[in-house]
Amino acid sequence: MDGIHDLGGQEGFGKVRFEQGAKVFHEEWEIKANALYSLAVKSGIFNMDEYRHAIERMEPRHYLSASYYERSLTSLASLCVEKGIVSQEELERLAGGVYPLALPSAKGRSNNPLRQSFEPGNLVRVRNEHVSCHVRMPGYIRGKQGIVIRVTPAYPYPDAHAHGIDAASEPTYDVEFDALELWPEGSESAKVHVGVFESYLETVV
Amino acid sequence: MMNTEQDKLKVAPIEKRVEAIDQVLRNYGLEIESFVDHFHDLAFEQWIPNNGAKLVARAWVDPQFKEFLLRDGVGAAKSMGFSFPAHHRYLVALENTDAVQNVICCTLCSCTAFSIIGLPPDWYKDLEYRARVVREARTVLKEMGLILPSHVQIKVWDTTADTRYMVIPQKPKGVDGWSESKLADLVTKESMIGVANL
Repeated sequence: MDGIHDLGGQEGFGKVRFEQGAKVFHEEWEIKANALYSLAVKSGIFNMDEYRHAIERMEPRHYLSASYYERSLTSLASLCVEKGIVSQEELERLAGGVYPLALPSAKGRSNNPLRQSFEPGNLVRVRNEHVSCHVRMPGYIRGKQGIVIRVTPAYPYPDAHAHGIDAASEPTYDVEFDALELWPEGSESAKVHVGVFESYLETVV
Repeated sequence: MMNTEQDKLKVAPIEKRVEAIDQVLRNYGLEIESFVDHFHDLAFEQWIPNNGAKLVARAWVDPQFKEFLLRDGVGAAKSMGFSFPAHHRYLVALENTDAVQNVICCTLCSCTAFSIIGLPPDWYKDLEYRARVVREARTVLKEMGLILPSHVQIKVWDTTADTRYMVIPQKPKGVDGWSESKLADLVTKESMIGVANL
C-alpha cells in the first residue's frame, strides 16, 4: 500500500534526533508492549508480516504522532481484534477509554506467475505496480532500474504472508540503485541497496 | 480515529492500553510473566551491541575470520555463540574502507540485526532518518556528526526483506597489538549502523 509508513525519500523532515548511545526503552510499558507482541508472534497468533502490515494500516494521523512502541501496541491490539481474540468494545472497557486500532486490510496477493530468477550482474527493473496490500517494495524504487548484486535465501512472500494467502517463498535480490537515478536532480550521490522480492522484479531487455 | 483534539482526550492512557492487551493475552492462555522476564533478559543481556563488536574485533585481527564473516554472516556469528530470531535467515556484513562508507536503515519500519548489534534506538525508527538517509545520506551523516571526505562513496542499505546487515567499521589507528576484547570495547552500535566511525 502507498501508505504513510513508506517514508524513504519523503521531503520536509528536519534533523535526525540523534544521540550517541541512545537508550532503547524509556518506560516500563514499552518493554511490556515489545514483549507482548513478540510473545504473540512466538505463539503463532500472527506473523511478522501481519504485524508490520497492521502498523502500516494505522490511521495516518495516529501513525505520525505515535511513538514506535505505541505503533507496536496498536498493531498487536488490532490483530487480536481481527483474529477474534477480543472485541474492540472489550478492549476499551478494559482500558477505560478509546482504544485506537488500525484500519481494515485490503486483499493480499500471491506470487507473480511471470516472475523469473536473476543472477548477480543482471540489470532489472522494479515492476510499476500499485497494490493496496502489504508490500515490501518502497515506493522510491517503483519502476526504477538497478543491478543485482547478490541473491539471498527465500523468505515468505510478504504480500501473501501478511494476508493469510498461500504462496511460495521467494528469494530476494540485493539490487543496487543509483540515488541520482531514483531522484533525478533531487538527491545526493549514493548507491542505495534494497532487498527486493523476485515477484517485484522484471528483466530489462 | 483521532481527528480532533476532543477525540484524543478520550483515548485511554498508553499504560492502560498495554494492561488491557496483557489481560486479553492472559485470558487467552499465554504465559505472560515468564515471557516478560525472558524478554528482559533478551533485550538487556543477550541482544547487545557487544555481540557485533566481538565479530568486528575478530575480523580486524583474523583475516580468515573476516572472510568467513563477509561470506556467511550467520555462520560466523553462530560460531561465536550468537543466535538469531527465526525470521532472520541471512546476515550480510558490510566492510567500510577508505573508499566506501556503508550505512544501514529501514525506510518502511525498523528492521535491524538486533540480536547482533542491539535493538534499534529511537532515531533509527523515527521519521526523519527513515525519510532522509536514502536520499541525502551525506548531509544526514554530517548533521549526525560524521563528515566524510568527498571521495568516499556512500552505500545505503535499506532493510526491506528479512536479510539483515551489520557494518564492519574501519579499525582505528594506534591500536595494534590490542587484545580482541579491548578492541571490541571500541566498537559502538552507531559504528555498526554506519552513522559513526571509530
